[in-house]
Amino acid sequence: MGLTFRDETFRDDFTFTNSPAGIRRFPFPFAEDHYRYSVNIEPHKPGPKGSVVEFPFDIDEHYVSEMRERAMVLEADPLRCQALPHMMTAQWEMLDLLMTSLARDYPDLFTLHRDGAQWHWINRPLGIDQTFTFGDASTLPFGPMEYIGRQVQGDFTIQDQRDNQLWLDAGILTSPSDWSLDFNLGMNFTEWHAPVPLAHEAGVFERALKFLLNLQTGNPVRRLNWGLTINPRLDTSPETYHKWGHDRATVTAENVGKKVHLRVELQALFRLPKSNAILFSIRTYLISLEQLVTVPNWGRRLPRVLGSLPPEVVEYKSLSRYRDTVLAYLANYDDGVPTSPGRDPD
Amino acid sequence: MSGHLLRRVRVAEVEPVANRIKRFRLVDSGNAPLPAFSGGSHISVVMRSGDRLMRNPYSLMGSPSDTSSYEISVLNADDSRGGSRFMHGHVSVGSELEIGQPLNLFPVRKAARKHVFVAGGIGITPFMSMMDDLDALGSDFEMHYGVRSLDDGAYCNHLLSRYGSRVSIYRQDKGQLIPLAEVLSAQRLGSHMYVCGPKPMIDWALQTAKLSGWPDENVHFEQFSTPPAGKPFVVKLARSGRDILVRGHQSILEALEEHGIDAPFLCRGGACGQCETKVLACDDFIAHNDHYLTEAEKVSGRKIMICMSRIQTGSITLDL
Repeated sequence: MGLTFRDETFRDDFTFTNSPAGIRRFPFPFAEDHYRYSVNIEPHKPGPKGSVVEFPFDIDEHYVSEMRERAMVLEADPLRCQALPHMMTAQWEMLDLLMTSLARDYPDLFTLHRDGAQWHWINRPLGIDQTFTFGDASTLPFGPMEYIGRQVQGDFTIQDQRDNQLWLDAGILTSPSDWSLDFNLGMNFTEWHAPVPLAHEAGVFERALKFLLNLQTGNPVRRLNWGLTINPRLDTSPETYHKWGHDRATVTAENVGKKVHLRVELQALFRLPKSNAILFSIRTYLISLEQLVTVPNWGRRLPRVLGSLPPEVVEYKSLSRYRDTVLAYLANYDDGVPTSPGRDPD
Repeated sequence: MSGHLLRRVRVAEVEPVANRIKRFRLVDSGNAPLPAFSGGSHISVVMRSGDRLMRNPYSLMGSPSDTSSYEISVLNADDSRGGSRFMHGHVSVGSELEIGQPLNLFPVRKAARKHVFVAGGIGITPFMSMMDDLDALGSDFEMHYGVRSLDDGAYCNHLLSRYGSRVSIYRQDKGQLIPLAEVLSAQRLGSHMYVCGPKPMIDWALQTAKLSGWPDENVHFEQFSTPPAGKPFVVKLARSGRDILVRGHQSILEALEEHGIDAPFLCRGGACGQCETKVLACDDFIAHNDHYLTEAEKVSGRKIMICMSRIQTGSITLDL
């Protein structure tokens, strides 16, 4: 595996950065030069070796530091992890899926021994060695969703399915792109997507919901979502808006390359067979513009995409205040040469 | 679409459980564990008889936590279009079949305070796995099961011995009817009713619930309907330019599959919405036999669920 875990921060002094290999595997979300909103759902199948989709759940060089960041957020605000009572079966299924996947895909980092309901979980990077009884929450230090959620990168929500709707009835969310679990808990798919502009009119959510209601066991799907964020801050939640909202006013022509980050969410959806719920993983990747433009194809394409955004999208993604500064900076890297097709660096 | 992903299974056991009803136990052909499922799920079973291809949905009846085998119960229906007759006549221990992934269009409401189940005849099957689930969780439920006679009702003794007073059986041959209005009026707020059985029974139960003042959100049903037969007609496929004849006892979907055309589907019972198809032109009024499209969509004539619905005469042009 050869993963070296970086010791870095996502707050205060913001020492987060990507290694050269980390830049190359960044999930650049734009396959063409123009912005287009689409559902862009595809099967969550194993991708190329070393890519972020080689395995269902990606563990990378930021793992240990991200888990430390998550623990700090939960310590300050326990409401970032909540589950309604009827979601307990689904919580255990989430733990089962994550432990089974990680132990299979990263055998040198994680080990799972199962003897009936007696499970033994070893997490080497975090120094955890836990024996517990599957199905008995009293044998774990946290509820099953929180226990495993504190050991896997990315936020998670679990949607219950009833009345031809999906209901956000559980989640662990410490790196949201400006949305609140506490606020959204108990909402349905249509309700929690209500703030998204344009897509409702295009029937996007109606189609996506219909598709997801029929999501089948063993056939997970994924999509990419993106935004810009100031500083490599994972916790951009409404609860802490007073700590980061004003960052947008600090972008200057001098610091834009270091401060502004492209933030990409690899979102995957898994049917949990026994509860018939859906597990939604939101795995966030960050890259500074300065690092992004080291890949010429991305440096050319990003300004073209950002320049073609409809005004509603600029507003929704909160880019208004600093988009021009970003475009001026990126203009230096767009030499007008046609971009190569697809999202890969080359 | 993922509805096409099939798994080979072998019949490990066949047992007659009532008049015209057999229970089949299926194991993976390579003896691998089968996917876990949730109470109320069904699978579609693919049967190949000569060059005929049939797919029928059957509820999974075993314990959802047992992944070593699946169990289904099949009624040899009088109006069988061939599928259940094939299962009864040609499938025995050792036979190989193909099945799709479990799909749940009849889930229990996990947050309900209490579950009231109403079953008629073979409609008992989806409740078998639900009760197993709820029993393990310690949830409150009661079952009201109407049968023609004890010989016609599957699993009566099993249900009574396992669940005791939570199960009430009503025998038509003794003139016993489910006192549904009384049952429903005795429930606490937050209870949910689920009904599965013949269409007249479902209609009666839904009507009774409405008259008893139950909100629609607390009333659920599953009806495994087979595509109604009719007269032959022609389907014109706009994208490929092909004309396909749909015979009287076939659905559009079955006719397309017979001609090797890959059309989307999942439940094949007009419930899941996966096979919704745009209608570009049509000589006749569409007989909509699904539970998916809204009344307004049905009236518009612009959409059709090709697993269930048909026309009586002429041709229909689809965006396929």
